[in-house]
Amino acid sequence: MAKLILNRVISSIPLLFVVSIVTFVLEAIVPGNAARSIAGTSLPPAQYEALRVKLGLNLPLWKQYELWIERLLHGSLGTSLFTNQPVVTELNSRLPVTLVLVAGVFVVCTTIGVLLGTLSSIHEGRLGKALDALSMVGLSLPNFWVALVFISIFAISLKVLPATGYTYFTQSPMEWLKGIILPIAALALAPITIIAKQTRDAMLDALGGTYIRSLRACGISERSIIWKHALKNAAIPVVTIIGVVMIVTLSATVFIEAAFVLPGLGSLAVQATEQHDLPVIEGIALYFTLITVAVNLLVDVAYGWLNPKVRVS
Amino acid sequence: MIGIENLGDVISVHDAESVRQGFIKRVWHKPLGMISVTYLVVVIVACALASLIAPYNPLTQDLASFQQGPSLAHLLGTDSLGRDVLSRLLFGGQATLIGVAEASLTASVIGITLGLIAGYFGGWFDRLVGRIVDLIMSLPTIIILLSVIIIFNQSMLSAMVTYGFLGSMAVLRVVRGGTLAAREEQFVAAAKVSGLSNRQIIVRHIVPRVAGPIIVQISIFSSSALVVQAGLSFLGLGIAPPAPSWGGLIEEAQQVLLGDPWLLVPSGLIVALTVLALGLFGDAVRDTTHERWSSGGGFSRKLSLKHTSQASEHSTDNSEMPIGAVLSVRDLSIARGSGRVSVDVVSGINFDLFPGEKVGVVGESGCGKTLTMLAIMGLLPKGLFVTSGTLRIRGKNYSLSDPKSLAGLRGTEVGMIFQQPVPSLDPAFRVGHQLDEVIRQHFGISRRQAREKTLELLGRVSLDAEVIYKKYPSELSGGMAQRVAIARALAGNPSVLIADEPTTALDVSIQAEVLQLIRNLVESTTMSVILVTHDWGVIADMCDRALVLYAGQIVEVAEISELWNHARHPYSFELLKANPHFAERGKPLPTIDGRVPEPGQRPVGCYYSPRCKVSSEDCDLGAIPMVSFGHDSNQMARCIHSERLASSVGES
Repeated sequence: MAKLILNRVISSIPLLFVVSIVTFVLEAIVPGNAARSIAGTSLPPAQYEALRVKLGLNLPLWKQYELWIERLLHGSLGTSLFTNQPVVTELNSRLPVTLVLVAGVFVVCTTIGVLLGTLSSIHEGRLGKALDALSMVGLSLPNFWVALVFISIFAISLKVLPATGYTYFTQSPMEWLKGIILPIAALALAPITIIAKQTRDAMLDALGGTYIRSLRACGISERSIIWKHALKNAAIPVVTIIGVVMIVTLSATVFIEAAFVLPGLGSLAVQATEQHDLPVIEGIALYFTLITVAVNLLVDVAYGWLNPKVRVS
Repeated sequence: MIGIENLGDVISVHDAESVRQGFIKRVWHKPLGMISVTYLVVVIVACALASLIAPYNPLTQDLASFQQGPSLAHLLGTDSLGRDVLSRLLFGGQATLIGVAEASLTASVIGITLGLIAGYFGGWFDRLVGRIVDLIMSLPTIIILLSVIIIFNQSMLSAMVTYGFLGSMAVLRVVRGGTLAAREEQFVAAAKVSGLSNRQIIVRHIVPRVAGPIIVQISIFSSSALVVQAGLSFLGLGIAPPAPSWGGLIEEAQQVLLGDPWLLVPSGLIVALTVLALGLFGDAVRDTTHERWSSGGGFSRKLSLKHTSQASEHSTDNSEMPIGAVLSVRDLSIARGSGRVSVDVVSGINFDLFPGEKVGVVGESGCGKTLTMLAIMGLLPKGLFVTSGTLRIRGKNYSLSDPKSLAGLRGTEVGMIFQQPVPSLDPAFRVGHQLDEVIRQHFGISRRQAREKTLELLGRVSLDAEVIYKKYPSELSGGMAQRVAIARALAGNPSVLIADEPTTALDVSIQAEVLQLIRNLVESTTMSVILVTHDWGVIADMCDRALVLYAGQIVEVAEISELWNHARHPYSFELLKANPHFAERGKPLPTIDGRVPEPGQRPVGCYYSPRCKVSSEDCDLGAIPMVSFGHDSNQMARCIHSERLASSVGES
């Protein structure tokens, strides 16, 4: 198991390099460059040149990259062009909000998705059709639009939940909970249906297994057959799709944090884009990649736990 | 006789041309396909012709009539500056759909080209592409798009092309997979032999084969591109206001959420409906593709269902169930299919099993041996159901057509072991855990007590209990797994053990051991056994009586010695003769000509008559009843010529 995790960590190193190189290459092929983007065209040439030197843009690209990596190894991602704060400080203050959203979506969509999928594998008829219809709706409504509809209904009309903003848990646990319900609901809608459909397919597959018939022949209760034996055997494709869905959710936080005005990494990314703050965006890209790697790692650990063959070998 | 070159051509015509034509038509003939295509065409044309058909200029403000709901003058109302929403949707669609087209085109060109090359040629290029795809698919897409927007100064074109590039990886995967599969098909091999160039093969044979999945994948990608395009505009990073776009309209709706929630409806619905239409279009194409490559299966199924249920001769000898029997089955019939188009598979099964008795069940494959046993367990697979039948176990009656009522008997009254030992164990749990669970289910005892019982059981089936307890099924050999399965079937102390060809899947050297084990286990108890087998040797060794099944009916019941000496049914007689144990040295093994008739194609009279050596016209007149022989014998056979057979197999 430890070997499995180590393998995954080592194999994710190239990914981190790719992420950093991609942003650098994009910079290289850009017509003009970051300094020009920040400064606009109105800046006098002398000041423009000074800005270039300050940003290290006069150096060759590989040298810039080397410097960036060197700083990275010292735990620095540079400073924000806009606030002059260290990027790491800014990102770390934003990270918890995004993680709360992602973790919340994980809990909600896994519980409801697996439950719905399993139930509809047993009662294929009506529940199956309902699930199909729900998933069509869930997959076609853009989540940022769903967010606005939720705000319109629950915050503006019913006035039961806050429309925007974020209360930290330490300030008021109750307000914190109220504040994350709508964002998580808007983010979880599509994942729930994706996970439910995958669970249903995998369960139908597992329930057709020879061992299910033998378990029934031994008199094992139907409840244990469905919720223990079939579900564990169906789990691997479900875990795979949960991993994929969580990575998609991470990207979706960009829109949802903007819609609900939440101080997370996603809204910072939008703000940085508006301000042409490339170091911040690069930092966020790195953080997002690290979260992706962590999700994949958890998926691998789950594989090992679910499939004895992986663990034994 | 066609030469192989011609063969290639024949197949190519079949595959590329005749199959392709009508594909579009078939998508169109699906209701959802038609609706989605119509919707998409209408939206695209309407947006393209916006300057002709839009009722207003999308930028013209009319502050006198702002934030209005739908009216005749403004079909979809007006926004906060009094601009006509419908006109803004139509014009906004241009920018949005062009963005989607840019992304989809990029994704298609890169994905299809690289996918075809990687899938068709394989090798190092394929491996390299595979690595790159994995890497790129792990990139944080939206953040990359945001940096592109910074660097290219708010250029939607560059953002959508980048998105197309990132999305091309998913297309590439699908194309590569499809190409890889198509490359292995016979017609591609034939085309290669016939000397077509790689380019020709790819264009003429591979592309038509993977076209369906490509269209599906691109429609999925287009819908995601639409959401991303709208999302970027929603964030204010795409098309700059006041120029309209669908995402921008949602953003404008957000600004006036308090005063004018109506604005959310048209802007959101147009995006949602278009995404939905793209998704449904993809589904329709996928369904059509599936039909196209699997039409053969559907045909044969229809063929066998065409013949409806034959008037099933539900057995005449529905005699009293003997009081001493541990298990009695009466009038068991099984059908396949559903409702009106069902076909009898097994009909009119009657038999009794007495305490400690071992009964063998024989017959060729497809005669209904296993189905009969599964019906007794209430475990018939989907599509098969019991139409009639009563089971009596230790004096209590159960309806076999109500499988749920049989659940309580499984494991405690009747245990069963199956042909495939390893697959019949749950791969995800340790052996010990699975046995513990069965024991706890039946006896409701603590984990520790269950563990002790499990170890004892594993010992009884001659396994190294402590070691096997901790193993996963995948770590067991077939013989070990079958011992575990036997232990598990015995865990609830059933009074009847059904063994369905328990040794067929095992090595010959192991078969004897497992049979010996079953015999030892049975001899030390009063448990009765039903042994389904092909092997007369096993029957002779282990059983007291035999049931001979043919085409879903019992054709003979007899003590083993009676059957050996006086088989009363020609089928039993021929089956015995075909047994290797009786074969004469140097002579070919006798076989029975012909095949077991399929359910639904069975003759009116005796089912065996077409293959029978002694049949006469009388045999085909009507159903043949079971006939008893003599007072001191329990032998019965379903034959009107049984007296002509009354000689032993050995003498013939």
